[in-house]
This record gives sequence, structure tokens and C-alpha cells, in this order.
Amino acid sequence: MNRNVLLFAFVALLFLGTGFVQSWNVALTILNMAMVSAIMALGVNMQWGYAGLFNVGVMGFVALGGLGAVLVGMPPVNEAWAAGGLRVVGGLLIGAATIAAAVMAWDRMRRFRGLAVAALLLIGFFAFRAVFDGGVQMVEAVNPASTGYLGGLGLPIIIGWPVGGLLAAGAAWFIGKTALGLRSDYLAIATLGIAEIVIAVLKNEDWLARGVKNVIGLPRPVPYEVDLQNSAGFREFAAELGTDPVTASTIAVKLAYLGLFGVVLGLLLWLAQAALASPWGRMMRAIRDNEVAAEAMGKDVTARHLQIFILGSAVCGLAGAMMTTLDGQLTPGTYQPLRYTFLIWVMVIVGGSGNNWGAVLGGFLIWWLWVQVEPLGALLMDTITAGMADGTWLKGHLQDAAAHMRLLTMGLVLLLVLRFSPRGLIPEK
Amino acid sequence: MEPLNALVVLANFVLIPATAYGAQLALGALGVTLIYGILRFSNFAHGDTMAFGTMAVILATWGLQSLGVGFGVLPTALLALPVGIAVAAALTLGTDRLVYRFYRGRRAAPVIFVIASLGVMFVYNGLTRFVIGTDDQRFEDGERFIITAREFREMTGLAEGLALRTTQVITIVVAVIVVTALFWFLNRTRTGKSMRAYSDNEDLALLSGIDPERVVVITWLIVAALATVAGTLYGLDKSFKPFTYFQLLLPIFAAAIVGGLGSPLGAIAGGFVIAFAEVTITYPLKRVLGYLMPESLEPDGLVQLLSTDYKFAVSFAILLIVLLFRPTGLFAGKAV
Repeated sequence: MNRNVLLFAFVALLFLGTGFVQSWNVALTILNMAMVSAIMALGVNMQWGYAGLFNVGVMGFVALGGLGAVLVGMPPVNEAWAAGGLRVVGGLLIGAATIAAAVMAWDRMRRFRGLAVAALLLIGFFAFRAVFDGGVQMVEAVNPASTGYLGGLGLPIIIGWPVGGLLAAGAAWFIGKTALGLRSDYLAIATLGIAEIVIAVLKNEDWLARGVKNVIGLPRPVPYEVDLQNSAGFREFAAELGTDPVTASTIAVKLAYLGLFGVVLGLLLWLAQAALASPWGRMMRAIRDNEVAAEAMGKDVTARHLQIFILGSAVCGLAGAMMTTLDGQLTPGTYQPLRYTFLIWVMVIVGGSGNNWGAVLGGFLIWWLWVQVEPLGALLMDTITAGMADGTWLKGHLQDAAAHMRLLTMGLVLLLVLRFSPRGLIPEK
Repeated sequence: MEPLNALVVLANFVLIPATAYGAQLALGALGVTLIYGILRFSNFAHGDTMAFGTMAVILATWGLQSLGVGFGVLPTALLALPVGIAVAAALTLGTDRLVYRFYRGRRAAPVIFVIASLGVMFVYNGLTRFVIGTDDQRFEDGERFIITAREFREMTGLAEGLALRTTQVITIVVAVIVVTALFWFLNRTRTGKSMRAYSDNEDLALLSGIDPERVVVITWLIVAALATVAGTLYGLDKSFKPFTYFQLLLPIFAAAIVGGLGSPLGAIAGGFVIAFAEVTITYPLKRVLGYLMPESLEPDGLVQLLSTDYKFAVSFAILLIVLLFRPTGLFAGKAV
């Protein structure tokens, strides 16, 4: 226990050091994102640590969560709904009905069901495209420079957080239904695929969330800096602290986010710990450690796997919605698997798979490292190249290459921890 | 002439590009499937191995070009291939020594190997970016076309042209040579047979005196060669960008699974299934149908089933269909 407290104290020291050496704004920015990362790591830890499921589609679930935030938080675009909103929805319903009919036909029919299902899908596909495409064109034609999409519900954006989790859970159900119960590698490939598809959909379906034109200016759950600076009370408060109102307002906003995220993280951590200690958690670990024995004891392994897979993905979706809220924008072009999937894996493995506190620690530590490796790398390269003459090819190349130190460092950290401390910094009890 | 024109359009935009792409995917999937069969894990670093090998080829090509060495009408990169393969082999063998051998000795679970391969993927990716950066690199030289669209039209008098790029023909020829050599090696040589025996039943192979470390070393050598060739052909045909190679992981894995993980023949079949499906579904078929159908029935739209941005969705959909209905793949691979 003492060791764990020391580890957390060390991470706290890293953030405090950042505050003193760089600035408190930087430290808080990193800390906020670290909170979100810790929640993602919690989600992956549920799947991998409790149940041994290998999910490499974290990016997709995170992006779906972000979509949830947009669909709830942004105001609806009434002209777009009037122009073709119903037609888009109708097209989607036709598509869903086609798939449902195909599944039912497959289950009910005996002879010629292959042909029947293929014909159903083909007809349904063209009907879907005929209705849907027209609607999409009309929606996207509405003021494309600023809207061109259907907008959201205009509700407080915090409601979008659980909604983002639900969206991710839906996608996880779909993937889990097909790939769970098969070999573990298949789940990995299937999740890798769904993540790429989610990003492709977000990039191309402009009617949904403006695609690569990005949705910007999401409403905030916390006050705006400008409003704080304009309020007389806040200016007095800043003066009492002896700082200028601009710095004070940016820090205050970040602290407000930190408080919100802290509540969510604390709640999730408490729930996860309680679940792990409950009979349900014991059953999960029993299944993970010996599936055959657990099955012989009458546990439905595939159903439990599906359950935990959906739960973990929902947590990732929730974190994604929080991240989009923090950024104030949804930018599908910036979602990269190395950053949103594999980095989370590094956090879980380094922190300690199977241990919730470990996942949280890993989230904080690895995110800090991810941000700070770049300036540290540049510093290192400057030291190495200090003796070289200015303007030589090698010097320029090495200094440019500092930006790529991150991936190398993360890979090395992962490999070293996996080799020399495979149970992570805070091992499972 | 109408059906002929339709055939030419189809060949120009679908059949030839899909064949070349299918050959590239097949070579990539062969590497994945060999590692799966012999080392028994899904290697997530394969896309980045391809990128690394191709990078070595590009650097060697630039070196040769600056020395004034060329390969006539063929791309210089073909001359540089052996260098790239040697560098990639050194990398994979070094990685095996430093990373995978430890877990093999402990008989770790396959998923631990997969996680280790994630770490390796990060490192390779970082190394490639470190050396050559993230930008597009074109390293194609020599003659670009065997037949251009205009020459074809003048030759045949058809309304549609058929362009045959040198890189497409090279891709297919090289792939045929490499695959033939690989199958000859696996089926006819003593070492190849010992590899297959090791893949079929590890314990039995060990009992009959096969040296496992030797099998592993040879596997990595072959995988490095396959990855470098696949990557170079893809780079010549399209262009070299490290991130694209990472993204190739999905269609390559889909190809290997569709064919049946662990089955070399399946990997080739899977590669072509994925490539043809991807290209056909994302190509607007209007012009082909326009030649075939009577004028009254001519389609109004582009008849593009899916936009090209969704090409990953095609590999993914095929993968899901195979997982649902035939989880061992077309050529019954290993079902663990």
C-alpha cells in the first residue's frame, strides 16, 4: 500500500513540477486530459484486466462518445430538418428495416434462404440509397459553410456524456455479438475494423456531424473565460489573489472542468472497485483465469464477455464525450489509432492490468509522458547536436526528428514494462 | 463493339488495379499467416515491418540513383530490393532476439505476444518516421506505361482506352515469382517441410528432432522478404506514406482471416477476394453498365455502391460475413 501511495505521490510531483517549471495553465491542461485518459484506461482495464478481452478499437468508441456530445449539446438546425431531415431519417429506417428483415428471413426460412436474403439486401440497399441520398443532399445544402448538418438536441452537454456512452455500448454490442466466442484474435481485428469505420463515417457523413468541416463551438458545462473577466466580482477576486484576471479566468475554467471530471472519475473508480470486489467480479476473474472450469460451473462465458465488453466500451464512450466537451469541438480528422487506441493500452499495461488504481495511475503517468516527451526530446536533440556545425544536414534532420520521439518512447516503455514488470506498476492483488 | 468497350472499361478501372492490389495484399497476408502458423500470434507490427523494409528500399534506390545506376525501363527499386530485404531481416531477427524469444521460452499466452507486437509496432513506426519522416515519397522511375490509353485506342479502334502501367505488370510478375518460390520452398525442401511440420504439430516436430529456433529464424527471414516485397510493390504502384502502411493492416488481416489463418493458399485467395470486392464496390460502374444496357435502361446515377472513403468498410464487412458463417476461413485454417 505504501508503495502505491508513493507512486501516486510521484505522479503528483510530476504535475506540480510542471506547474512550477512551465506554468499552471500547462499543468492543468495536461491534468484534465490525463483525467479523461484515466477514464479510458479504466474502460480498457475492465475488458482486458477483468475479462482478458483484447479490444483495439478504443478510438472508435471514443469518437462515438464525441458524437454523442455533439448530438445532444449542439442546437438543432431547423432549416436542415425542414429541408430533408425526415427523408434522412426515413432512409435510415429503411436501412435498419432491411437488415432486420434479412436477419429474420435467415432465421425463419429453410429453403432458398441464401437467395432470398441476398435479394432482400440488394433491394433494400437501393431503396435506402434512393431515399437517403436525396435527403442528405438537401440537408448538406443548407448553409454548408456554418451548418449543413442536422444539429443536435440543444440539451445541456453533460447529458451528452451518458448518451455518448450509450452509442459506444451499441457499437460494442454489435461487434461483441459477432466476434466474441471466437478466437481472441478475431475480436482484435473486428474492433480494429469498427474503429476505422466509425472514423470514416464521421469524416464522410456531413449531415451527421459536418464531417471533416468539424463541429466547433460546442456549448460548455462551465463558464466562459470572457464572462469571468467581465464580471466585477471575479476581477476583485483575482486582484485579492494578486493575479491578473486573464490568467485567473483561464485557470478557473480549467479547475471547473477538473472538478467535473474528478467527480466522474471518482464515481467510476468507486463503482469499478465495488464491482471487482463483488461476486460478479470474482466470477469475471474466474472466467478469465480458466474459461473451461468456469463453464463447467455453469457460467455463460460468452454472455458475460459480451456484458463486460459493452460496459468497458461504454466507459470509453463516456470518456470520449468528456474529451470532446473539453476540446469544445469534434474533429474526426485528428483521430489516430496510435494516439487513441494503442496509447490507452500502454497506460493499462504500464499501470497494472486488472487493477483499477493501476489503470488510473497509468493514465496520469503515460499522458504526462506523452505530452512532455516532445520538449524533452527536443532538449535531448539539442544536446546531441550542440557540437555539430549549424546548417549541416544531420543536425537539421535530428532536430526535426525530435517530434517522432514519442512513438519510440511509448513502444520502449511498453516493451520494457511487459518484459521486466509484466504485472504493471500496481499489480492485481 | 459495345460489350468489348464495357470489358475494356472494366479491365482498365477494376480488373487490372484490383489484380495488382490483390497481389500486394496476398504477399502481406502471407507474411501474417506464416507468423500465425509458426509463431502462433497475430503480428500487429506487420504493416510497420512493410513500411520499414520499403523505407530501406527507398534509401537504397536514392543511393543507386545518385550513383547514376539505373535499371533501364524498370524501376531502380527492383535492384534495391535485396538491400531492403537484408535490412528488414536484420530488424525482424533483432526484434525476435530482444523481444519475442523471451516469451517463447516462457511459453507465454498468444495474447502476450500480440501485446508485445503492439510495442514493436510503436518502435518500428517511430524508427520509420525518425529516418524518413511522415511525408509521401515517390521513388518510381523507368518507363511509366507499357501501353497508354491513347496507344490502345489507336491500336484497336475502340472508343475506350486501356492503360497498362509498368508497376502493375511488375507487381503481378514479382508476386507470381515470389509465391512460386515460397510454395516450392515449403513443399519441396527439407527446411520448408520442417516448417510445415512445426506449424501442424509443435510437439511432434520437436520429438522428431526439428530445431525450433532454426525454424523461427527462417520464418522471420521469409516474413521480412515478403513484407519488403509487398511494401515496395505497393509503394511503386501507389506511393509510400508510413501511415498508409499502418492502415493496410486491416485489409491484410481480413485477407488472412478470410482465407483461413495459417493457410498460405488461403492468404492468397483472401487477398484477391478483398481486393476485388473493395475495388468493385467503390468504383462507379455507370460507364460499364452504359455499354451493356439498352439506352432506355441506362442508369442515371454513378452506380457507385459505396464511396471510396468506405473501402475499409468493405474488408470489414467481408470479415464479418466470414466470422459469422465460416469462422475458420475459406481454406480451413487453424481454429484455436
